Amino acid sequence: MTLLADSLMTAPSGDPGLAAAPLQLIDPAGQPGANRGGLELPAPETLSDLHRRMVLGRAFDVQATALTKQGRLAVYPSSRGQDACQVGAVLALRDQDWLFPTYRDSVAIFTRGVDAPEALALLRGDWHCGYDPYQYRVAPHCTPLATSALHAVGFAHAATLKGEDLVALAMLGDGATSEGDTHEAFNFSAVWKAPVVFLVQNNGYAISVPLAKQTAAPTLAAKGIGYGMPSLLIDGNDAAAVYAAVRAGVERAASGAGPLLIEAVTYRAEPHTNADDDTRYRDRAEVAAWRARDPIARLAAYLSARGLLDEAGAAGLAEEAERLAASVRERLSEDVSVDPGELFDHVYARPTAALRRQRAALLAEIADAEPGEDER
Amino acid sequence: MTTALHSPAAAGTAPGDTAPGDTAPGPAAAARPAPVTMAAALNRALADSLAADERVVVFGEDVATLGGVFRVTDGLAARFGPARVFDTPLAESGIVGTAIGMAMNGLVPVIEMQFDAFAYPAFEQVTSHLAKLRNRTRGRVSLPVVVRVPFGGGIGGVEHHSDSSEAYYAHTPGLRVVSPGTPADAYRLLRQSIECPDPVIFLEPKRRYWGKETAALTTAGPPIEQALIRRPGTNVTLIAYGGMVSTAVEAAEAAAGEGWDVEVIDLRSLAPLDEATLTESVRRTGRAVVVHEAQGFAGYGAEIAARLTEQCFYHLEAPVLRVTGLDIPYPPPYLEHFHLPSVDRILDAIASLEWE
Ligand SMILES: Cc1ncc(C[n+]2csc(CCOP(=O)(O)OP(=O)(O)O)c2C)c(N)n1
Ligand SMILES: [Mg+2]
Repeated sequence: MTLLADSLMTAPSGDPGLAAAPLQLIDPAGQPGANRGGLELPAPETLSDLHRRMVLGRAFDVQATALTKQGRLAVYPSSRGQDACQVGAVLALRDQDWLFPTYRDSVAIFTRGVDAPEALALLRGDWHCGYDPYQYRVAPHCTPLATSALHAVGFAHAATLKGEDLVALAMLGDGATSEGDTHEAFNFSAVWKAPVVFLVQNNGYAISVPLAKQTAAPTLAAKGIGYGMPSLLIDGNDAAAVYAAVRAGVERAASGAGPLLIEAVTYRAEPHTNADDDTRYRDRAEVAAWRARDPIARLAAYLSARGLLDEAGAAGLAEEAERLAASVRERLSEDVSVDPGELFDHVYARPTAALRRQRAALLAEIADAEPGEDER
Repeated sequence: MTTALHSPAAAGTAPGDTAPGDTAPGPAAAARPAPVTMAAALNRALADSLAADERVVVFGEDVATLGGVFRVTDGLAARFGPARVFDTPLAESGIVGTAIGMAMNGLVPVIEMQFDAFAYPAFEQVTSHLAKLRNRTRGRVSLPVVVRVPFGGGIGGVEHHSDSSEAYYAHTPGLRVVSPGTPADAYRLLRQSIECPDPVIFLEPKRRYWGKETAALTTAGPPIEQALIRRPGTNVTLIAYGGMVSTAVEAAEAAAGEGWDVEVIDLRSLAPLDEATLTESVRRTGRAVVVHEAQGFAGYGAEIAARLTEQCFYHLEAPVLRVTGLDIPYPPPYLEHFHLPSVDRILDAIASLEWE
């Protein structure tokens, strides 16, 4: 048994996340966490920013859910309850770093600066990705589980080969850790010492399947050991801890020390998507208990107790959030305009002869179907 | 793209550009090319691309120290160093997935799948991402990745070492699929594939790796998506690619003795397909036979036959025929000759093309 202990890698905290309690900088009551494990508490202005961006992210998320119910979006996987992960991780990135998000991470994409209609294009259905990845340094939302973790590793390794200073943040769900690509990404990044931070948002479920049916490992963080990769187990509803852990991972990776695995324990407060009925697989009491551990309320309590957030500040922020929600609502209520000709434009660098023929045929078919001016 | 790509030096005659295992070209080599195997031609293409464009990286399983199980990457790691040519852990999805990330970040990865059937773990990365990222991002993300796959049978390989997997890839929009039939074309097509902004599945017919050709290695010649008439003829068009090109040429020579003048088309690019060259030929000859090793059902030949029927119907004297592998899992070595298209089967097909 000493063998395993001897081989444990030392993380910034020295905690391998084997069976330990999650690290916390701020506890659910808004008090300083007891189990800080060497994580550094962010500066007061960073904490205020984390709070503000979570409030705005929540407004965005709630609005997207509402728009989906009105049929304005095709589908929306909410990240409500995971606000601390969505915002904390993104704010910990430097400008030059890259985010590799999943379908769950629209709030992270929005927090990175992507304009709301662009961030939601996939989920609205006007195109598969609405933004320019190079403009924001955000890869497209990735739907096939765990596959983008490998893209993050390749991207980061290319940076090493080219001598660029950048780190890739790969987002994963708890269920996605069972996929082969997660294993391959962990292994490649550790062998290559690629500048990658893996953030596993353990929200308890993969659609309906709870973590207990996903793995027999003591924690997901513990999986790092097998790859020779340090790992951290943190409270994923503590924005300060998420920020500090990702920041530590970014600094470590940028220094050439290789990847870091972070398991953030959190909870998916909404069904998997708007189309899911979560009463079929989880207890209302469980949902209520987790909703009571709201990450935004936690940080607000901490800030208020220290005079960093007063009533006027909170009211101003609420107004800002309402303005954001209104603008998202308004902009996503506009009718979507799509161009069927574009279907053929990006399949190859230059459309093939066969695609040009199909394009012309489709446009002719559309023109035939529309009554001409004089027929009306 | 770097400008050196089309220079004579990049064509492989410069000192030091010699592929290991290849006959060293002396100063007179440009004038009188030495015989070269397809494996050596591919090696030269990789070396010349690595030399011409610093964004090119070559990686995969056993490609560095060993030089690849078919020695196609022999000597490249020693010459270009571990940042350009490197071995990876054993993980095909990982190889393709990280190549995608590297290409997003400006590199031009040329990766190797060790064998056709061992590329299947990477299928999701190939079909869901490699093929689609450009389209997903409205053309903003370009993935100039070349996936080299030794493919096909005829080498006495045990199970999983002889698959013809072209139809899976050709069915996927966003991928280019090419396969060379000769050493000189292997050189040209690989250089063209590395220069191409689209992802390319590069299918190397392993039964032809050791076949020699005396020809200059150059990028000049037909562009990547153009088919080539390997042998002109007047009354049958025989369509082949990869390992079946030389079988088709052999059959055409044999057919000449029977009074049939067979034109052989080497497709080179399976996707996109050069329909113009095909239809021009078939309208002229009035008869067509497609040959491939892969099993026939829902195979690549079905697409060719359908297109020729749609586009050349009134010029056809006979139905378009297919000579393909059997609809069975690839057989063990002692049985593979029953499966593979042979000169005799091609001649039988030609004989049945309504000659009266
Ligand atoms: C390769 C693949 N298989 C299945 C799915 C369907 N699917 C979408 S989300 C999901 C659950 C994933 O759970 P988890 O990784 O925990 O992420 P979460 O949804 O909880 O954020 C499944 C099975 C998929 N997207 N990709
Ligand atoms: Mg989950």
